[in-house]
This record gives sequence, structure tokens and C-alpha cells, in this order.
Amino acid sequence: MLQFILRRVLGAVVTLFLIGAATFFLFVAAPSDYASLACGKDCSPQRLADIREALGLNLPIAQQFWDFMSGIVTGRDFPTGHCPAPCLGQSFYSGDMVWSTIMDRFPVTMTLTVGGAIVFLVVGVGAGMLAAYRQATMVDKIATGASMVLSSFQIYFLGPIVLTVLVYSTGWMEDPKYVPITDDPVGWFIGMSIPVCVMATIFTAQYTRMARSSMIEQLAEDQVRTARAKGMSNRYVFFRYAWRGSLIPIVTVLGIDISSMLGGAVVTELTFSLQGIGQLAVAGATTKDLPLTMGVMLFGAFFILFINILTDITYAFIDPRVRLS
Amino acid sequence: MSTLTKIEGEPVPAGPESFLSVRDLQVTFATEDGPVKAVDGLSFDVRRGSTLGIVGESGSGKSVTNLTILGLHNPRTTTVDGEILLEGKELITTPEKEMEKLRGNRMAMIFQDPLTALSPFYTVGWQIAEPFQKHTGASKKEAWQRAVDMLEKVGIPNPKERAKDYPHQFSGGMRQRAMIAMALVCDPDLLIADEPTTALDVTVQAQILDLLKDLQQEFGSAIVFITHDLGVIADVADDIMVMYAGRAVERGTVDEVLRSAQHPYTWGLLNSMPRLDSDLSLPLEPIPGTPPSLLSPPSGCRFHPRCTFRDRVGGSRCVEEVPALGQGRSSACHLTAEQKRTIYLDEIRPGLG
Repeated sequence: MLQFILRRVLGAVVTLFLIGAATFFLFVAAPSDYASLACGKDCSPQRLADIREALGLNLPIAQQFWDFMSGIVTGRDFPTGHCPAPCLGQSFYSGDMVWSTIMDRFPVTMTLTVGGAIVFLVVGVGAGMLAAYRQATMVDKIATGASMVLSSFQIYFLGPIVLTVLVYSTGWMEDPKYVPITDDPVGWFIGMSIPVCVMATIFTAQYTRMARSSMIEQLAEDQVRTARAKGMSNRYVFFRYAWRGSLIPIVTVLGIDISSMLGGAVVTELTFSLQGIGQLAVAGATTKDLPLTMGVMLFGAFFILFINILTDITYAFIDPRVRLS
Repeated sequence: MSTLTKIEGEPVPAGPESFLSVRDLQVTFATEDGPVKAVDGLSFDVRRGSTLGIVGESGSGKSVTNLTILGLHNPRTTTVDGEILLEGKELITTPEKEMEKLRGNRMAMIFQDPLTALSPFYTVGWQIAEPFQKHTGASKKEAWQRAVDMLEKVGIPNPKERAKDYPHQFSGGMRQRAMIAMALVCDPDLLIADEPTTALDVTVQAQILDLLKDLQQEFGSAIVFITHDLGVIADVADDIMVMYAGRAVERGTVDEVLRSAQHPYTWGLLNSMPRLDSDLSLPLEPIPGTPPSLLSPPSGCRFHPRCTFRDRVGGSRCVEEVPALGQGRSSACHLTAEQKRTIYLDEIRPGLG
């Protein structure tokens, strides 16, 4: 098990290095004219030369690459100041260090992701399991019907409706906003509850359908029939035998969803004007702020790899056949 | 030998010596295309300590019958009529909670493919210990010890250690042994074996059959053995019931059915068996046609569309009239007893070598 984890972590570090290299060569070394993007409009030749000097673009590519990669591990010094590790560069526009900008925004994204995941796992998977347990009854029909309707909704459709009802026309709640949990846990909870719930609603619908079909598939398995033939009760068989098998597809999709949400829930953040990683990525791309874009990309890649390892470890806990192979 | 003296469909009370009695069993599945009568008026008895072999092609209703005995059919889509008596206790109307206490305890089942039939998520030992703990109220430790003992009994080497393994760490034959240990852990009076050797290679198959016979002697269970392999049935069964399209078409003792088969379908099964001593260049002779759809089964004798002997009956009896399965040693066919005897002796047996 430990060896498996070590191997996977090592693999992830190598992959991350390759992604870093690819990012660097795409943005900096490729003929994208990094300096003139940094310089902006109405750029004088003198200023352009200064910027090239300041960004170290006159150095050989290998040297630049080394500076970029080693900066991530040890930090590096820019003319405007020191950039502590992990240094992802300095934004062209704000002049802030990319890493600290990301860290400022990350709690918003983290709240959305973790809060959303808890809601859609409990409600979505719960409803799906219940529907499978009471297959073809009213409960099943309601759960299936509701998830069909909800999964055809979009966040930018449902979001404004919820805001109009709960905030603008009734004033029952305040406009969603992010308050750091360390400052005011209650304010954090209330401020983020609408975005989290709206986003989770869309996911809930998908997870309900997935959990239901996965569970129904498991209930038809031979091993489930054997457990019943042994005289174990239906409920016991459902929770001890079928449930465990049905988790595997759910964990797979959950891993993909969580890693993409941690890389930025763009639509949710835009809908509720929240300043998370998603908005940062959009800002980076639209303003051609290359260091910021590269930083957010690497950050997202890190989470994809990290969650992937977590997913694999989870498989091993669910299914002993994974453990030894 | 079990008593096979009842006429199909007739509600005769079970004899005192018959342990399991099935009377006029009808199992109907509701499907999208309409009701499918998978079992249609089946009656049989199994005596304690004896083995009944049920033979038939896929879809003849063998497995359905036995899943129904254990109450493992889906109650939402399945209608069951008739009587299933386990020592006089009617099982069809028994509530699920009570059935749970019988399943795995007084009646147990061995399934065909031990790889998919065992759960990949729990150790072999635990899967054996679990029903013992539930049915006897033993402690976890006692149940585990019992599982280790059972593994030893079915011939798993080093059972103490192997009990901690997961099914995927076992070989095919060992998995089936574990499956048998699981079925026998509570000393069931009735054991249903649904093609327990089909997924195994021949040497392992022989070992498993020997094991089952030994265990039957030791525990005195009644066994219902489902298979499509007549070679296997000759080895293990005392009596045979041949099923076709949801009905019994022939029954008798092993010797009677295999040495003087009376039904054209049984003849077909015998003919399609490969023999080591026959001319290798001769192709096997399959039964012509395919099993009928049970959505709209053939009228009269269900075998008539595939039967090569229906001309000898003459007229349209085979198409119109359902042949009755008589008392004891009997076959459901319109041929006269004399015809059955002479056809078997003159046309069928010589071909069997």
C-alpha cells in the first residue's frame, strides 16, 4: 500500500514537472512575444528592452527554464522584490506574486468545492440509493423525475432565479459573499450557502441518477444473490454487499468533478460574483496576463494529479482486488 | 430414491418421507413483451439423503424453479403459484423475514460461477462465517473458527491462513470448494446445486462431485442438482427429472432414464453427448431447432416442433394435446409405451455406443 502511494506520488511529481515544462515552453519560449504582452499597448522600444531585461528574457532559454522551475521549489528574486517559494511568477498587471493571488482566492473555491461536494454527495447519492432500494415505487419515480428536471437546468439559469426569490424580491437573505471562515464562521456559512446549494443542486441531479443506476446494477450481481441465499436480510445485503460495489463509479466521477471544481468553478463564481480561482483564470486569459494564466494552470494540474492519487487509494479501500495488483 | 408417484398438476399431499415437495409450480415473469411462463405446472419430490438431478437446456426453467424454492425471485416481476413444501411447511406464502431464517440455514444453494457468486469485497472466511453467525447466534470468533473448520472439511490446505484471503486469491476449484463450505456451514437439510461444476475443468469437476457425495453422506442432506451435463448427473444423482420449456418431460431413477430413456427430448440429449469410444469422424448430433420462446410456447406437446418422432404418433395429437406425465417412472409423450421401448432399443441405443 505504502509502496503504491509512493510510486504514485513520484509519478505525479514527474508529471507535474512535465506539465510545468510544457507550460513554460508554450508561453515563454514559443514566439508569443512575452515581453510585449507584459509591456502592454503604446510600448516604447526602450521600455520593451527594459522589460526584456527585467524578465530575464535575454538569457538563454535553458537558463530561463531553470529559473522558472527552480523558482517553484526555492523561490526567486525579481527586480521588484523577492518571490518566495513556490514562486509562480509575478502578475503583469497587479505586480502581485501569482502564488499569493491564488492563495487569496483559493478559500472561496475550496468552500464551493467542499461544501458543494458534501451537499451533492449526501443528498444526491442518498436519493439515488433510496430510489434503488425502493425501485419502481413512488419514491423512485419522484427521485428520478426530479433529477431529470434538475439536470437539465444550468447554474446561470437557476442561480439568478434563486437570487431573485431569496435576495432581491424578499430580502430574506443577503447577496452571497465570501467571509473568511476564521473571521466569522456564521457569516461564512450564510454568505456561501446560496452558491454552494445552487451549484450542488445541478450536481445532485447527476449523482442521483448515477447512484441509482449503479446500485441497481450491483443489486443484480451474482454476489448479491449469494448473500441473499445465505439468509442475510435485504437491508444488510443492500448496505454491506451492493453498496460497496456501487461506490466505484461514483468515486471515479467524484474525483473528476472535485479536481475540476478545485481548478475553478467559473460559472458559479461568475453567477454569484465570487472571486475564486475560476474568475482568476478568466481574468488571466482575457487580459493576457501570462504568469497568472500559467500559475492557475499549474495549480489546477496539481489538483487533478492529487485527486487522482486520492481516487486510486479510495479504490483500494473499497475493492481488495485493487490493493494487490 | 425419491417418490415420483404423483401426476402433474394433481394436488397430492406430500408423502411422509419426502423432504421437499413441489406441487404444480407455476412461475410467471412480467416482461415488457408480456408474461413469460418460465415454469408451468411442475411437481416433484426429494427425499432426505437423496439427490435429484434436474436436466435440461438453458431456459428450460431449472434455475428458476430452484431460485423460487429459496424465494430469491424478484417479487415485483414474478408471480408464483402452486405449492412448495419443505417438510410440510408451505414456502410460497411464507413471509420474507421467515424465509431469511430458512435460507442458508435449512436450505442452501451453490451457484454456478464461484468467481461472481462470491463477493470480491470480503474475505472467504468471513463470507462463510457470516451466515453461521446470523443463523446460530454464535460469536464472531466462534463463527470464524467454524469457517476455518468448514474450509478444512472441503479440502482447502492451510485453512487457517487461507480463510483470510479474498476470493480472487483462490483458484477456480478452491473457490467452488469455499462456496460449498459456505452452503454447508449451517448443516442445511436441503442443498440446491445450480450447475456447480460447469465453470470448472474436468479434473476439478470430478473432485468437487466426490466432495459433494462425501458431504452428503456425512450430513444426510437432500440435494437438488441442476445441470445440463448427463455425464455429471449419472455420477451424482439417484433420480432424474428432465425439463423442457418449463415442464417436466421425463423422470425416473438414474438407471431408468439413462439406460432406457423414453422421451424424444431425452433421446436428443443422449445423442448430443460426445463419447470417447465412438468414431471421431462422426459429428455430434444436436437436437434440431432451438428451444421455444416462452412468451408464446408451442401448443400441445412443447417439444413437437423439434420432435423427429411426431409422425409416428399420427394425427394432430402432438400439436393439440398436452401429454401427461404419468405416475412414477414416466415420460410425457404421446408415443405408446411399446413404441418408446422399440425406438429406444432399435434406433437410439445403437448410436450411443
